[in-house]
Amino acid sequence: MKKKSITEPRTSHTFDAYTNSEIRRAAETGIYDIRGGGSKRNLPNFDDLLFLGASISRYPLEGYREACNTKVILGDRFSSNPLNLEIPITIAGMSFGALSAQAKEALGRGASLVGTSTTTGDGGMTKEERGHSKQLVYQLLPSRYGMNPDDLRKADAIEIVVGQGAKPGGGGMLLGQKINDRVAEMRTLPKGIDQRSPCRHPDWTGPDDMEIKILELREITGWKVPIFVKVAGSRPYYDVALAAKSGADVVVVDGMQGGTAATQEVFIENVGIPTLACVRPAVRALQELGLHRKVQLIVSGGIRNGADVAKALALGADAVSIGSAALIALGDNDPRYQKDYEKLGTTAGSFDDWHEGLDPAGITTQDKKLAKRLDPKLGGRRLANYLNVMTMEAQTIARACGKNDLRNLEPEDLCALTVESAAMAGVPLAGTNWIPGT
Amino acid sequence: MHILDFNKLSLRDINKTLQGSDKNDFFSIRNPKGSHALAVGINKKIAVKVVGSVGYYCAGMNKFSDIKVEGSAGPGLGENMMSGNIHVTGDVSQYAGASGHGGSILVDGNASSRCGISMKGVDIIVKGNVGHMSAFMAQRGNLVIFGDAGHALGDSIYEANIYVAGEVASLGTDCIEKKMTKKHLSNLENILSNANVSDYNPDTFRRFGSARSLYNFKVDNAKIY
Repeated sequence: MKKKSITEPRTSHTFDAYTNSEIRRAAETGIYDIRGGGSKRNLPNFDDLLFLGASISRYPLEGYREACNTKVILGDRFSSNPLNLEIPITIAGMSFGALSAQAKEALGRGASLVGTSTTTGDGGMTKEERGHSKQLVYQLLPSRYGMNPDDLRKADAIEIVVGQGAKPGGGGMLLGQKINDRVAEMRTLPKGIDQRSPCRHPDWTGPDDMEIKILELREITGWKVPIFVKVAGSRPYYDVALAAKSGADVVVVDGMQGGTAATQEVFIENVGIPTLACVRPAVRALQELGLHRKVQLIVSGGIRNGADVAKALALGADAVSIGSAALIALGDNDPRYQKDYEKLGTTAGSFDDWHEGLDPAGITTQDKKLAKRLDPKLGGRRLANYLNVMTMEAQTIARACGKNDLRNLEPEDLCALTVESAAMAGVPLAGTNWIPGT
Repeated sequence: MHILDFNKLSLRDINKTLQGSDKNDFFSIRNPKGSHALAVGINKKIAVKVVGSVGYYCAGMNKFSDIKVEGSAGPGLGENMMSGNIHVTGDVSQYAGASGHGGSILVDGNASSRCGISMKGVDIIVKGNVGHMSAFMAQRGNLVIFGDAGHALGDSIYEANIYVAGEVASLGTDCIEKKMTKKHLSNLENILSNANVSDYNPDTFRRFGSARSLYNFKVDNAKIY
């Protein structure tokens, strides 16, 4: 009989359990893994920053008594009717098709309750989201699915989507399971096909063309509504500068934690840069052009709580945008559906096969039965509660730093816990005056 | 007829006038000087004649209107148009009719690359040649080409029809030649009749469309994804 080894079995860091399972999956299916959501890597993020707070050298505001403004105006550079938001947290673009009509309605209800905006997605504008969103941003995407000038004129702002943090340089996906009759008709596609959106706009390339595209959109809408340009977090300094130069009123920068309805796992995890690394280069680009605060900057990708909001604003953003977190507030990955998640071979908290349309929470689905699980009114209330909590959390921090406006927070209020985050955020390592890279 | 002269008016003035005009009004635009975004976002049945060449996105996102350009047009002519008609007497640049949902575009000259890209129901008739990647990802509608087509015609096409009387340099991925049935011949004749085009021989046209082999993921197609 062979002698039992006295050493522990050693697993590989290179070939860990997940990696091995993915190799087996690829070998079995012959196709890359597709999933929803953003990067799941352990990335440098806003948790790596801390606020310093006030003491003797800085004077705090009374936490529960003195006002701390949360309002923000987006898009007053050229448009006559900018967005007036009560809070600096907007709802990111998510399509009907990727989401159920109930989920879109819930997002609109929740955002409207707290005075912020929602955003359409690939596939056009539905009556549910227009009807329930007091301030609605209409996306102009490369696919132009459902693009309609009547809807364009109904929008409160237009967002030209150049890229998305989950897939810089890539187009969206909506697989056949979710292309039902209504979705197919809105997108002018055959029912049940795997829809793979283009990654480039059909009628322009580069910043000089985009400037003319923006001119066209302004001429169509009478220069009334703001034009946003959304870019993926990859080269934020250059992309933000070019977007601003092209005439954008607002630039949205989406880091790699930003979610998608569906794309390749390899794309989500290996292309783009973390949200934390996007903010300072984006702000610097605007500052150098003399446009900081004139062209508003929205940061998105993995924003979860009021601390994240406060940190993004302290680094120079004017507002943030949330997508994945809003879905969680509605009930996505809720442990009450644990048994249903297990039937899908996953767990509450890990479910990301949004493209398959089997979401037990009724959010990322077009299945009528599943979609009915989400009560849009209740979902809207939950989202409003969550947005209010985030706002109050951000105010708590701002007051502690002596600021009577969230946008008065500044990099000087921050320090970093790691060398990497200090370099990315351009703030000193905690307890030092050292900012790596400067 | 109302005359709008770029020597006297700004682009904003002209577009505002067109967008706010009454049904059945007729405008003549003079001295366009290659202006971009001219006659866009019109939502009424009016007629507009542009005397001279225009820049990018002329007649973009229009509904109901009839636009005639007596000259050539820059990129993105009639992009995302919903209905109505556009007639260009000269040549047109890239992306003509991109993402157009309805209506028709008639080009007397040639069209550059990506003509009809992502078209979603518009009919495009080009009396001359079209450049490469025309009808790329075309979803619905018809592209009629009297002359020759450049490389990769109809790449990744969905349910649009392409009719070509001349030579095709090459077909794009998943685009194949299809039988010209009576139904499709009738469709071709209707499109041309609606555009008042009569000087053609229907027998010279061949039809191209989607092989539909890329509509759903298949492992065996991995090399062309």
